[in-house]
Amino acid sequence: MSLRNPSSFLNPLLFFVIAISLFPLAISPESHTLSNIAPAVVWVTCMLSVLLSLNVLFHYDYDNGVLEQMVISHYSLPLILLAKTIAHWLLTGLPIILLSPLLGMTLFLDTKSIYVLMLTLLLATPSLSLIGAIGASLIVGIKNSGMLLSLLILPLYIPILIFATSAVSQSQFNLPINGQLYFLASILLISLMTSPFVSALALKTSLD
Amino acid sequence: MSKLIVSDLSCQRGYNELFSNLSFELNSGEILKISGANGSGKTSLLKILAGLNSAESGRLSINNNKVGSYDYQSDIFYLGHLPALSPELHCKENLDYLTQLSTSSSNQALDDALTNVGLKNFEYEYAANLSAGQKRRVVLSALFITQSKVWLLDEPFTALDTDGINVIETQITKHCDDGGICILTTHQECNLPKLRTLTL
Repeated sequence: MSLRNPSSFLNPLLFFVIAISLFPLAISPESHTLSNIAPAVVWVTCMLSVLLSLNVLFHYDYDNGVLEQMVISHYSLPLILLAKTIAHWLLTGLPIILLSPLLGMTLFLDTKSIYVLMLTLLLATPSLSLIGAIGASLIVGIKNSGMLLSLLILPLYIPILIFATSAVSQSQFNLPINGQLYFLASILLISLMTSPFVSALALKTSLD
Repeated sequence: MSKLIVSDLSCQRGYNELFSNLSFELNSGEILKISGANGSGKTSLLKILAGLNSAESGRLSINNNKVGSYDYQSDIFYLGHLPALSPELHCKENLDYLTQLSTSSSNQALDDALTNVGLKNFEYEYAANLSAGQKRRVVLSALFITQSKVWLLDEPFTALDTDGINVIETQITKHCDDGGICILTTHQECNLPKLRTLTL
C-alpha cells in the first residue's frame, strides 16, 4: 500500500539522508571531528526519521475506517499490529540500514565501525518500530498531536541510543562491544514480546 | 440458528448517559431497525455490538459467546459510517481486504459481488477516484461475500441512489431468509419484511 504512495515512506528517508549530509557542512570537513561524532549523528537522525514515519502509521487507516475493521476482526489484533509493524520496519528501518554504509563513509567512519553501525541498526531499528507502534496507537485519535508522539517515545528510545552509539564509538577504538550488543538484542526481544499486545490494548482504548 | 442477546446495556459518552438498561433479543431471520434523533446513541449502540467500544454495564452475547471472543467476532460483520476503503488500493483489492478480515474469498466471488452492486468495470479502479456513492457500494458489496450471521450496518443507505437501495434491501432480506440477523440504523424509510424497530 505504501509502495503505491511513495511519499509516505520516502519522506523520512530523505530527511535521514539530508540531515546527515548537513553535518559535514555545518561542523567541519575534518575527518577526525566527523568520525568522532558520526555514531551519534547517524543514530539521532535515524531516530528522528523513524519518529516522522510513525506519526502516520495508523493515521490513514483511522481516517478511512479500515482501522475499525482491524480491531473488530476475529483475527488476533496483536498479530495484525505485528504485521503492520514489520511492514513499517521494512519500509523505514531496512532502507536506513542499507543507506548507512554510504552515510558512514561520508562521516569518515572506518570499515569496521560501519559494520558495527549496520549491526546496531539491524538490532535496534525493529525495536524502534515496535516501541514506536505503541506510541502511535496511543495517539491515533488525537488531532493535532504535534510533538506528543516524540514526547512519549523518545524517553523510551534513549537506552537504545546510548547502547548503540556506545557500541559504534568503542569499536572505533577496537574495544569490546559485546555488552552493548547483548543489551540491544534483549531490548529487541522484550519489545517483540510486549509491543503487539500493548499496542493492541492502546488502540482499543484510543478508539473507545 | 443464531441468537443475539442484549441485557441491561448502558452507554456513556463523555458526561452524557445515552441509554441505560437496554435489553432485547434477536433470533435468526429478524431485522432490527434502530431509530432515534441525532445524538441519541444509535452509532454508539452499534459500535458496542461490534465490540469497538465497551459498554458501561450490561451483557451482550451471540449464541452464548461473549463480545470480544473469537466466535463472537467471526459471527459479526460491521459497516460503519466511514467507508472502510484504502485509497491506494483498487476496488477488488479493497473488497478482498475487507472480507479477508472475516472470510477469504475467490477471485470470481469478488468480481460477482462488485457486479451485483453495479460496479462491474470498476474492479481495478483506485478507491481514491470513486464518488461517495460508489465507495459506499464497494463496501456494501462485501455483504454478498461475507459468511457472518449477524450484520451490523450503520446508515447503509447513505449516498446510495434508489437502485442501490433496492439492491441492498434485497440482499438483507435474502440474508435474513437464510437465517441471519441484521441490525441497521437509518433515517430513511426502508422496505424490509419482519422489521422490528427500536427507538433510542
